[in-house]
Amino acid sequence: MGKVKYTTKYQAAVAEGLFVVNTGDWRYQRPVTESTRCCKCAQCWVVCPVNSRYELPTHYETDLSYCKGCGMCAAECYVGAIAMVEEIRD
Amino acid sequence: MVTSKVASSSVSTARKTVAETVVIDGNKAAAYGAMLSRAQVVAAYPITPQSPVVENLSTFVADGLLDADFVDVESEHSALSVLHGAALAGARTFTATSGQGLCFMFEPYVRTSSMRLPIVMCIATRETLTPQSIWGGHQDAFLVREAGWIQMFAENNQEILDSVIMAYKIAENPDVALPVNVCFDGFYLSHMAERVDLPPQELVDSFLPPPRVLHSTLDPDHVMAVDPLTPGDLLVQYRHMHVQAMQRAKKVIVDVHKEFAELFGRSYGGLIEEYRMDGAEMAIVANGAPVGTAREAVDIARANGKKIGLVKLKTMRPFPRQELCAVLGNLKAVGVMDKNVCYGWASGAILMEVRSALKDVKNSPPVVGFIDGLGGADITLEDYDRAIGIIEEAAKGDVENEVTWLALEEE
Repeated sequence: MGKVKYTTKYQAAVAEGLFVVNTGDWRYQRPVTESTRCCKCAQCWVVCPVNSRYELPTHYETDLSYCKGCGMCAAECYVGAIAMVEEIRD
Repeated sequence: MVTSKVASSSVSTARKTVAETVVIDGNKAAAYGAMLSRAQVVAAYPITPQSPVVENLSTFVADGLLDADFVDVESEHSALSVLHGAALAGARTFTATSGQGLCFMFEPYVRTSSMRLPIVMCIATRETLTPQSIWGGHQDAFLVREAGWIQMFAENNQEILDSVIMAYKIAENPDVALPVNVCFDGFYLSHMAERVDLPPQELVDSFLPPPRVLHSTLDPDHVMAVDPLTPGDLLVQYRHMHVQAMQRAKKVIVDVHKEFAELFGRSYGGLIEEYRMDGAEMAIVANGAPVGTAREAVDIARANGKKIGLVKLKTMRPFPRQELCAVLGNLKAVGVMDKNVCYGWASGAILMEVRSALKDVKNSPPVVGFIDGLGGADITLEDYDRAIGIIEEAAKGDVENEVTWLALEEE
C-alpha cells in the first residue's frame, strides 16, 4: 500500500478535553424536569455518569449533547421531578 | 568474549571513551546503563534473576549517583503503571523484570507500546513457569514479542550497558516513539561477572539528548484524555501508525548503533551482526549469550576447514527480514539455535521466523532448527559441534529432522 490517510494528528489514542465518544447518540429516552417540583437537592447532578446535569436558578436541567438516557437522574430524584420520555428521532 | 572494536586511533586520542574499567555482572551493567542514561524515574519489583538491577539502582540513588525518583512498588503491574504516569509527565523511565514478573506486568505491558511511550525495560530472561524454574531461557521475552515493543538481545555485559544507552536514543526518536526491551540471559549474563568499560558521563550526555516532550505529555494548560474509549475507525489508524513506526525503527536502530560506534568505539551491528561469513556456505543463527559460544564453535569449525559462519540476531523486533535474506539467501544450509519454543510450529521461534523470511528468496537454503538451553541448561561447544554436523548434512540435501532437541535422546 502507498501512503495511508490518517484522520487524526496524534500517534496514540489521546483526546483533547474529556470526551471522545458521543454518548448522546446512544439515547433512546431523555430526562424531562418539572421545574416547579425540583427542590435543588442536586442528587441528579451527583449521580449523572456523564456530568450532563447543570444548575439553573430555579431547577436542574440536562445538557443533551452527552446525555445517554440512562435514567439515573430520574431514579434518584427525591421529589420525582424528572420523567424519562421516549426519544423520537428521524 | 569478542566485541568488534572500531579501528580508529583518532577516537582514543581525541576523546576519552573509558572512564573506568570494572568487573561486574550483567545486572550491575544494566543498572549502570540506566544511571549513565540519567533515568529520572525508576520503579521496579525484584524477581530472580533481575533483583540486583533494582538493588543496584536503589543504591545509586541513595548514594547520590543517580538523581532519580526511585518508587517502591508492590508488584510488577504497579511498576510499569507508575512508569506510564511518569513517561506521560515527560520523564525518562527505567524498569527491569524477568519471567513471571513479566507475566504479572503484562496488562500495562501491552498498553505501553501502542501508547507510544519510550520506556526502556531490561528483561533478565527466565523460563516462563511451569515447570517451576528460576533459570535462564528466552521464553519470557519471546512470549511477548507480539506486544509491540522493540526487542534487542545482548551477548555480553558490555553490550547490556551499551544497549541500554542506545535504547533510549532509539525509543525517544520522534520517528519511533516505542518502548524498548534490552534482553539479557538470566544467570548467564545477569549473574556472571565480566570486564566492562564504563563510558564517561559527559560522553553519554553528548550522545543522549535530554528526554523529549511526548505527543501526550500531561500538561494542565492542554487538557487531554490519554487512551480514551476509541472507536474502530480510529483504532485501525493508530495500529497502522504503530506498525509503521516499528518498521521505521530498523533504520534508526542501525543509525544509532553506527553513531554509538563512532563515539564510544564499540560496534554491534544493530539488527544483525555477521561473524566469519566471508566465503561461508553455511551459517548458524543465534541470539543472546549463546552467540558467545557460537563464535568459538565457528572458529573451531573453520579451523577444521568447514565453511561456516555465524549470524547474530541482535534485534528480534522489528524482525530483520531483508537483512537476513541478504546474508542467508545464497547459502547451502542454515541452522538456527533457539533457546525457546514456539508451540504452534514444534520448533523455536527464530526458526519459524527465519524460514518465513527466506520465502522471499528464490531457491533459498534448507533451514534446520535446534532447541537447547532450556531451563538454564548450558548450550555447549559439543552441542554446537553436533548442530554443525546436522547443518552440514542439510547442505548436502539430507535433512533428517527439521528440528533437533539437543538435550533429548531418541529411544
